[in-house]
Amino acid sequence: MNLFKSYILPRLLQWVLVIFVGVTITFIIPRLMPTDPVEQTLQRISSNTTTDPRAIQELKSALEDMYGLQGSPVQQYFAFWSRLARGDMGPSLGAFPTPVTTILRNALPWTVGLLLSSTLISWLLGIFLGTLAGYYHRQVWSQVLDKVLITIYPIPYAILALVLVILFQYYLPIFPMVGGATGQPSLSWDYIQSIFMHSFLPALSLVIISVAFRFIMARVLAITQLSSDHVTYAEAAGLPRRKIIFGYVMANTMLPQITDLALSIGAMFEGALITEVIFSYPGIGYQLYTAIMQADFNLILGVTLFSIVGIATAALLIDLLYPLFDPRVRYR
Amino acid sequence: MTDAIATVQGLRAYYITNAYGVRRTVKAVDDVSIRIRPNEIFGIAGESGCGKSTLLRVMLGMIEPPLTVLAGTMGYTLDGRNVDVLAMTKAERKWIRWKEVSYIPQGSMHVLNPVRKVHDTFLDFITVHRRAPRSQIDAIIRDYLRELGLPLQVLDSYPHQLSGGMKQRVTIALATILYPKIIFADEPTTALDVVVQRGVIQLLKDIQEREKNTLVVVTHDMGVHANLCDRVAVLYAGQVIEEANTEAIFKDARHPYTQYLIQSLPKMDDKSERVSIPGRPPALDNPPTGCRFHPRCPQAMSICREAMPSLHTVSPDHRVACYLAPGKDND
Amino acid sequence: MTVVRDLFKYSPAFRAGAILLIIMLVVAALSFFSPYAPDDRRVVPMNKPPSLQYILGTTSLGQDVFWLLTFTVRNSLIIAGLAVLIGRTIAVILGSVSGYLGGNADRALSGFADVFIVIPRLPLLILISFIFKGNLTFLQLGLLLGLLDWAWPSKRYRAQLLSLREEEFTQTAVFSGMGTLKVILREHLPFLIPFTLADAVSGFLWAIGMEITLAILGLSDLTTPTIGTMIFWANYYQAMLARKFWWLGAPIVASILIVLGFYLLSASLSEYLDPRTRLKRLSVARE
Repeated sequence: MNLFKSYILPRLLQWVLVIFVGVTITFIIPRLMPTDPVEQTLQRISSNTTTDPRAIQELKSALEDMYGLQGSPVQQYFAFWSRLARGDMGPSLGAFPTPVTTILRNALPWTVGLLLSSTLISWLLGIFLGTLAGYYHRQVWSQVLDKVLITIYPIPYAILALVLVILFQYYLPIFPMVGGATGQPSLSWDYIQSIFMHSFLPALSLVIISVAFRFIMARVLAITQLSSDHVTYAEAAGLPRRKIIFGYVMANTMLPQITDLALSIGAMFEGALITEVIFSYPGIGYQLYTAIMQADFNLILGVTLFSIVGIATAALLIDLLYPLFDPRVRYR
Repeated sequence: MTDAIATVQGLRAYYITNAYGVRRTVKAVDDVSIRIRPNEIFGIAGESGCGKSTLLRVMLGMIEPPLTVLAGTMGYTLDGRNVDVLAMTKAERKWIRWKEVSYIPQGSMHVLNPVRKVHDTFLDFITVHRRAPRSQIDAIIRDYLRELGLPLQVLDSYPHQLSGGMKQRVTIALATILYPKIIFADEPTTALDVVVQRGVIQLLKDIQEREKNTLVVVTHDMGVHANLCDRVAVLYAGQVIEEANTEAIFKDARHPYTQYLIQSLPKMDDKSERVSIPGRPPALDNPPTGCRFHPRCPQAMSICREAMPSLHTVSPDHRVACYLAPGKDND
Repeated sequence: MTVVRDLFKYSPAFRAGAILLIIMLVVAALSFFSPYAPDDRRVVPMNKPPSLQYILGTTSLGQDVFWLLTFTVRNSLIIAGLAVLIGRTIAVILGSVSGYLGGNADRALSGFADVFIVIPRLPLLILISFIFKGNLTFLQLGLLLGLLDWAWPSKRYRAQLLSLREEEFTQTAVFSGMGTLKVILREHLPFLIPFTLADAVSGFLWAIGMEITLAILGLSDLTTPTIGTMIFWANYYQAMLARKFWWLGAPIVASILIVLGFYLLSASLSEYLDPRTRLKRLSVARE
């Protein structure tokens, strides 16, 4: 139990700090910027119609309230936090008066589904293939695969998504290009199948790059493991190959990979955002894109806050899972 | 000529690497011949970097690039069968590994799989060679640990929970549980404190006495050789420079290098200053010409620089490679 | 520098990466010889496919794709270069100070960096860019990217400083006074330079990726030609639907070549620095 305190506590502390620092930065940034969102919105609204100055005054204070600009900076800061804690990020300006939280709640399952499935697939595939490739690192297939994936890995998510769109929009138009699914949400086979068809390409885009990364890392780690004492010993004892690969090599290379997953979850999330935009996939990324187009400040703010809290929490959860895999942390 | 259980003849094993335009050949084992007899405790002595670990690797059949065997033979004679280690078939390899020949590696600190309980590691190693119901194997493990005097809680622990000495003993148990005929111990006492060292040496002695198997101890620690071995071969810069039974080595060393090794051992009643050998062991990718010890030898003669002395017999069972020692050219 | 020469001769990955980057640098340099200014519109017939006259075709705005590409490559490289310069400067200072001070100060600074490693940067980048509403010049974008990319590298440089200190103290036992500095320069530089290069490359990769992502979202200064903005405009004018692939394809291919070149360089450098290959590299003469 004492050990858990020394492992869990610092990570909880970091989680708190990340959220605190992240939210504070998100609070400060708009207030440092030269443009005043209230003025901007007022200008846009009143540029089309002439309005009674008193109405403008009311509108102004309503907007200020909405943007959280009422009162002194300190008051605003605390108001910001209390709103966040309540889960109230105000109404979306583009889809007024739908609350931002509602929009996010509807978009979230798509993003989570996309992220979870692509992370899972790329993780399993990447580690499995990578470890095998590391074990057989002198064989041709291992080296060829390594070289191929090395050329894929550095490509930005956005570029790969574009390439896939071009490919599948023109040369192989078998997948739908827009949306998350067709028809009404239900548990019918048609609906589920349409989800699959719609999510295939965006998931593929994410998986390709993530697999490349996991593969390269797993291969390198496996090669290092091969020269480790316990693997050399197991081989000297004539242990069967399968047992060595899974029980001795993979079991040990998994550990740094889990730690790395906690760190790279942020990058994968960002990749998912831009991939959704390019495939018009109705997740958070796409909502963000519409928010930008419509100058929906609240929604953008909401997504930013949500991303910070979400990523920090995801990283924490993964970190907390680590002791399950590493007995050196579990027992002192 | 007595029967040998393991024979090395004229072995040359080099590390050949080629990276970034630099081709490097490290002559780790350069023309080594040894004959190990059954039921003896044979010691291989030498400083670090003298090639003993490489020799061990070849003897265990763990030859992987960049290690390449350029010449020579290495074989076992077990149960009347001759096995050529350099050309083992898969079946032979499986038969030999762990059941006939096993080894206790250097630095047992990290030899046990950190994510597996000790018990599971034992299971792994045993089930490769013995098919039996799980309960039976569990009993075998428990009985053997009891026999060696190891606490049974060890089985339920993870390696990092054990002390260095305990890990070493567990590794010894692991290496001997199938009662192999030859056991190689690579630096079994390094990184252990003196008290634990005694325990380990005693354990090895007990096992050898009981099972009457052959033990090959590779270490730079001459004290271990004195306490444990029947015969010792001294390696320097990839070559055997002296080989005799322990008493002869310690009382009648002929090669200047061996003499230095013996002298550097602390003795109970001798308070004089310990002399260390001048200079450093040679780099094996560019060894000195002639006798490899000549740059550091106080008695070097001009011939020592020109030609390598061959191993010849100076008295029964005592071979030396030095121009200072008289004797017929033999072997 | 013998390091570069060795790598070029013996590492095919390094060779390939270096060649790709040199090609890209040449393309960027060609921008100074462009017959058209970057803002020019309608200077050539619109939407022409690649031909001998217009090597990579023309855009819907009447621009020559090839010459436009030279500007975009140049600007993207400048943005990334600026980001790396600023980011790595902060990282080196922070990492070195943290490692040098040690103790609680070190722990505090490292913890501080840890926090920033987890915070997702793209949402913040989007927020900032949105508020600036495209008033961010491309140089300011470089600055902004640099300000966001110091956390992870600072840890790397801190680790380097710590290991350097270990070596330094061993050396100080042998050398004395001024000798230490010379030793550092002579012994450590052959390692530090490839290390810094490999680290800088990872910064380039991130910066280019972010620049492209931001531009596709329409958040950067769309009047400055960069690889990202070129893609944005090509999309805007629906280059895909109208099958005007050359406008969209050129920046895509250019970006792939650039990141590939950079990455091959850093991967081969890392392998060169790997202690295991270092051992093999020690030539006999050094004994």
